[in-house]
Amino acid sequence: MDEMKDVIKNYVIKEYVEDDTDVTYDTPLISGGIVDSFSMVSLKRFLENKYQIAIPDDKATPEAFDSVNKICLLVNEYLK
Amino acid sequence: MAFTEKTRGIYADILTGLKTAGLFKQERFIHSAQAADIEVEFPTGAPLKKVINICANNYLGMSSHPEVVKAAHAGLDSHGYGMSSVRFICGTQDIHRTLESMVTKFLGTEDTILFPSCMDANGGVFEAVLTKDDVMISDRLVHASIIDGIRLCSAMHDTFKHSDMEHLEEKLQLHNDKRLKMVITDGVFSMDGDTAKLDAMVELCEKYNALLFVDDSHASGFIGKTGRGTHEKYGVMGKIDIITTTFGKGLGGASGGCVSGRRELVEMCRQKARPYLFSNTIAPPVVAGVIKVLEILSASTDRRDKLEHNTEFWRKGLIDAGLIIKAGDTPIVPVMLFNAKLAQDVSRDLYEEGIYAIGFFFPVVSQGQARIRTQISAGHEIHHLEKALDAFKKVGRKYDILGKSKQEIIERYGM
Ligand SMILES: Cc1ncc(COP(=O)(O)O)c(C=O)c1O
Repeated sequence: MDEMKDVIKNYVIKEYVEDDTDVTYDTPLISGGIVDSFSMVSLKRFLENKYQIAIPDDKATPEAFDSVNKICLLVNEYLK
Repeated sequence: MAFTEKTRGIYADILTGLKTAGLFKQERFIHSAQAADIEVEFPTGAPLKKVINICANNYLGMSSHPEVVKAAHAGLDSHGYGMSSVRFICGTQDIHRTLESMVTKFLGTEDTILFPSCMDANGGVFEAVLTKDDVMISDRLVHASIIDGIRLCSAMHDTFKHSDMEHLEEKLQLHNDKRLKMVITDGVFSMDGDTAKLDAMVELCEKYNALLFVDDSHASGFIGKTGRGTHEKYGVMGKIDIITTTFGKGLGGASGGCVSGRRELVEMCRQKARPYLFSNTIAPPVVAGVIKVLEILSASTDRRDKLEHNTEFWRKGLIDAGLIIKAGDTPIVPVMLFNAKLAQDVSRDLYEEGIYAIGFFFPVVSQGQARIRTQISAGHEIHHLEKALDAFKKVGRKYDILGKSKQEIIERYGM
């Protein structure tokens, strides 16, 4: 689980952060303006490829993607 | 009456909010034709002031070029004032088709379709050619009209960091399973004046079998050796699948735009693009004017050459004066001031000195990136640019920013 958190956190930083904004496991990503809802798509696709899962569109809500912790919960739901 | 006091109050509050935030836009009335020398009423009611305009998109000085004005007059006489129809009902004249062929030849594409504006071209094109099985991958700094067009299209949308080719390649890999992939960029970016690396982008698009879309509104007519646009500059003419551009800047300055590119894609726009199907045709005198512009530009590169010289003179002059500009070689030259209030103050003082240039700040550009965007024209003579440089030096001295680094300016004025 912790490994997954770091994978996701590092992806978010590499993909979306262009200055030195700090991102923790709980930083609000979408409501905090780090990930705009346009760009959520690549995060979803990254997770699906990386973990070989399919996240239904209606589950990929801005709320479910709003922090590294929440994203991990979501991914784990579909891992089983 | 449905527009109650309560309703009025809601909007009054929003507008007041814009004013307090310094985001309220105000028009300045120009009483002359668009040119290097204009007469401006500002603030409203003030006596007219003669100023030098360095913030128009009038890159080639065509907005009031005598031959273009004459051609528009002739078009008005021969083809009338308007068509009172969209293109496909009874709004297509011989000159509309002539203009489409001329644009195709000028840009080196397969076919062209006119739109009422480039905003409309960008608004309609994606929905007309892509479906939900496809993906659009756009540079993060593309023009607002492209963002609107993307929003109207059912294809998946993703972005890549501005001009970052490695990031673009990652995205092309990520979305490789899609039916069609379209990479979307501006040719010249209107806020920074930098150009998209079209040679590298063509290479990536060929490698990953993706379509390439370029909005060349700030390039058509003057970028590249013969002014064909950013694709000419990067040696990739014939390899761009869709070019959109405007007739409202270098190519005359009146109005209108187009989608130019692969025959089938242009045909899809003729069948399906909503701003083409549901908005009035470009007015005949404007069409006649753009035809003349393309004739002038195809016959000689004098105007774009003059613009290039003016741009070099202007960029060097600003650097020698100790101002910070965004590096590049296009006629869009942002003078960086970083602080929003400083940008507004400098703009106001330049106006006092007879120079019309506007400050841009958040949210139009990122926080801490406030600037005066200057735009050079072939309609400028060196004496205009010398006078503008003198004004920049005088105002720069007043605020003590000449020869100062970004850090020093920010320390003094804040972000
Ligand atoms: C890059 C870009 N695309 C499109 C447009 C819209 O052009 P038009 O004025 O023809 O709608 C503009 C104009 O501001 C622009 O800068």
